[in-house]
Amino acid sequence: MSKKPSKGGAPALDMTPMVDLAFLLVTFFMLTASFRMAEPVVVDPPSSIGKVDLPDNHIMVTIDEKGRAFFGISNSTAKMNALRDMAAKYKVQFTEQQIVKFSGLPSFGVDIKDLPAYIDAKEEARTNFKGQTGVPLDTITPNNQLKDWIAIGGRKAVEMYEEAKVKAATAGGEFKAEKPRYAIKCAATTKYIYVKDVIKTFTDLKLYQFNLITQLEGGGTVVQPEK
Amino acid sequence: MAEIQEGGGGGKKGGKKRAKKQSTRIDMTPMVDLAFLLLTFFVLTATFSKPKSMELTFPAPPLDEKEQPPIKNGITFLLTKDDKIFYYEGEFRAADSDKGAKTQLSELNFSKESLRKYLLEKNKDMQKQVKDLIVKHDAKQLEDSTFKRLVKERKADKLTPTFLIKTDDKATYKNVIDMIDELNYNVVGKYVMVDIIKPEFDLLIEKVGAN
Repeated sequence: MSKKPSKGGAPALDMTPMVDLAFLLVTFFMLTASFRMAEPVVVDPPSSIGKVDLPDNHIMVTIDEKGRAFFGISNSTAKMNALRDMAAKYKVQFTEQQIVKFSGLPSFGVDIKDLPAYIDAKEEARTNFKGQTGVPLDTITPNNQLKDWIAIGGRKAVEMYEEAKVKAATAGGEFKAEKPRYAIKCAATTKYIYVKDVIKTFTDLKLYQFNLITQLEGGGTVVQPEK
Repeated sequence: MAEIQEGGGGGKKGGKKRAKKQSTRIDMTPMVDLAFLLLTFFVLTATFSKPKSMELTFPAPPLDEKEQPPIKNGITFLLTKDDKIFYYEGEFRAADSDKGAKTQLSELNFSKESLRKYLLEKNKDMQKQVKDLIVKHDAKQLEDSTFKRLVKERKADKLTPTFLIKTDDKATYKNVIDMIDELNYNVVGKYVMVDIIKPEFDLLIEKVGAN
C-alpha cells in the first residue's frame, strides 16, 4: 500500500549516529554486567522501604517457597576452606577439582553426602537435582548441617577478612573490604515458620544481626532518621 | 542500504579542501547487526540494581530462665493468614482479673487506612518529635552525630510503646517484612520479633478458625 520510494538510487540513510549510540550502549552494558551462574532456585523477595545495599561480602541463606534452605558464601576462598572443614567433619571425600569447582558455584541446597554428585552434575542437571531438598536444618536432631555451614563458613569468611586487612596494613594501602554479613533471602510467599527455623539456627550460634533481602519499593519518600 | 554518503549536501558548503573527491562508502549493515545483537544480549542479561536489604537485629535469648519482666506499654501484633493482623494492647490476660478485662483481639489489615493510621495514632508524639529533629537536621542546625543521638534517645524513651510482632504458622514472610516496613515507616521506637504463646494462638484460632 505504501508509496514506492522515488527511483534514482537506493534511499541512503546515515546510520552513523545510530551505530554510535548502539556501541555506546553495548560498551555501557558490557562494563556494568556482572556474570554469575544461575541460582538453583529463583525466589521473589518481598518489597520494602529498606535502602541498605546488600553487602558484597556476605553469607547468604536462601529459603524458597517450600521451605528448602540454600547456602552460599560470596567469598570463594572462604567457600573452599569451609568445604574442606565440612568434608572433614562429615567424613565426605572431595577431590581438589571438586573443591575448586564448588567455589564457583552459587548457593546450593543439598545434603553434604550428595554434594560431590551435585558438584559433578552438569549445570542444566543441577536445577532438577534429585537430592535438592535443601540443606538439612533440623533444629531438634543433631543433623543440622546448615548450622555447621553457617558456623564454619562465617569463621572462614572472617578469617579471609582479617587476612585481607593484615595484607592491606603491611602494604600500606587503603583497606576497603567489609566484614562479612549474614543475609537471608526468602520468597514473599514462604511461610514465616520456615524462616523462623533458619533464624533459630542463627541465634543458636549467637548471631543476631541479619540483612533481610528485599526488593526496592517504588515511590514515596520515607522518613528514616536512623540507619 | 546503509552507506555513508560523503560529498553530498554539506560537502559543498565546507571551505576545506578534500583530499579525495570520491565518496567513501562502507557497508555498515553487519556492524550494526552485531552491535544490536550484543546490545540486546547485554540489556536482557543486565541486573540493574544490587538487591536491597533490611537490617534487623533479633533479641538474644535470655541468659537465665527466670521470668522476664513484663513489657510495659507494649502493643502486640499477631500476624496470620490472609494478610490479617490482630492486635492487643498491654499485657496478655487469659481471663478477667483485677488487673483488667480478658484480652480481646482487634483486627487490622495492611492498608494505609488501617495499620498506618493506627500506628500514627499510637506514635504521634514520637513521630512529631523525630520529624522536628529531621527538619532541624536538614536545616543544618544539628550535627549528624547529635541528630543520631537525639533520635536514639527519643526512640528509647520509656513512654514510647514497644511493638511486639508475633506470627502464627500461616503468616508469610511478606507479612513480616510488611509489618517491619510499616513500623520503620512510622518511626516507631522499639519493635521486636517474639514467639507466639499458646493462649494467644488459641485466641487467634477463635478469631480466624483452625484452617
